[in-house]
Amino acid sequence: MHELSISQGIVESVCEAVPEGKVLAVRVEIGQLSGVVSDSVRFCFDACAQGTRVEGARLDIVDVPGRGRCGSCQREMDMPELVTRCPCGNPFLEILRGRELRIRSVEVT
Amino acid sequence: MCATCGCSGTIGAESAALGVHGHGPSDDHDHDHAHEHGHDHSHGHGHEHPHAPSGPDSTAARTVQLEQEILGKNRLLAERNRGWLEGREIFAVNLMSSPGSGKTTLLERTIRDLGKEVVVSVIEGDQETRLDAERIRGAGARVVQINTGTGCHLDAQMLGRALHELGPAMGSLLFVENVGNLVCPALFDLGEGARVVIASTTEGEDKPLKYPHMFRAADLILLNKVDLLPYLTFDVGRFTAHVRLVNPTAKVLEVSATRGDGLPGWYRWLASREASAPPRV
Repeated sequence: MHELSISQGIVESVCEAVPEGKVLAVRVEIGQLSGVVSDSVRFCFDACAQGTRVEGARLDIVDVPGRGRCGSCQREMDMPELVTRCPCGNPFLEILRGRELRIRSVEVT
Repeated sequence: MCATCGCSGTIGAESAALGVHGHGPSDDHDHDHAHEHGHDHSHGHGHEHPHAPSGPDSTAARTVQLEQEILGKNRLLAERNRGWLEGREIFAVNLMSSPGSGKTTLLERTIRDLGKEVVVSVIEGDQETRLDAERIRGAGARVVQINTGTGCHLDAQMLGRALHELGPAMGSLLFVENVGNLVCPALFDLGEGARVVIASTTEGEDKPLKYPHMFRAADLILLNKVDLLPYLTFDVGRFTAHVRLVNPTAKVLEVSATRGDGLPGWYRWLASREASAPPRV
């Protein structure tokens, strides 16, 4: 359940970056190939936020779709899973996008 | 005025019943609320209760752009560990596997076989107990145990603390035995020099496909318990083919930590220190 650590990381980073005011919403990006499950982060976030200035804040998760490139034929394609085979037969794609684990912005009063 | 806290907000009957106490920013201060009712419970106030400020300007929300990596702090601490280790020419190997693959047995054997040639020390990660640390100490290496409690992986901060407690010798070999788990440790850079995943023949050949993040992050994959192959249906070729689907470059070595098969190859790999794990992206 590394999503608990991820959620703690979100809350701690927000509290450090926004030293005052009440946090109303936090917007994060979670890549499809990051190994982190958005629903689990959502589940842990409220618990991690308790007792902090992030308590009660809305968590907006932007899911970033995976995108990869084939090293053999150079084709770029959607990469919904880490193991995605290129139509040319190459089973291993370089990841171009989808590993994101980022805090984009926060809404504060 | 609110009888609960003296503020000027309104409170819904539902949240009052729950003893939860929040006020919306747009409260009109009319205050005919569900609160002057006779409760039969007393309302001691040890809990947190966030109020929205009531001034006209302070209620305006603003957006602050952060653009921060969620694991940024871990990455910084991992780089600090990496620099600390490199400065002391210590080769740190992060050992990861599912529980029961034979990590500790492999370590005991490695310490006994290599202990005369190189100083070996170990950082043991487990959720509970010091059992593994005692086994490692019995094999002759210095060891620090990290109990993660409910945590399912080691992180760079835990490793940093353990390094200071252990104080491994210049030029030594350091094993970090991560918590037995093929999911979570894959995500957390510790600052190690190499990542080794141990799989065993008593697990399925499809482990690399089921846990692709872990196998993709590996520099070396050890397939342990090959001495049991005659009694199992495990197909080494299939396993290796599955590894190649998620990690075309990692070396795969077949070993038996109990009988000794393949261990010279493992020791050569350790001696060469060829892998130098780049930070995880």
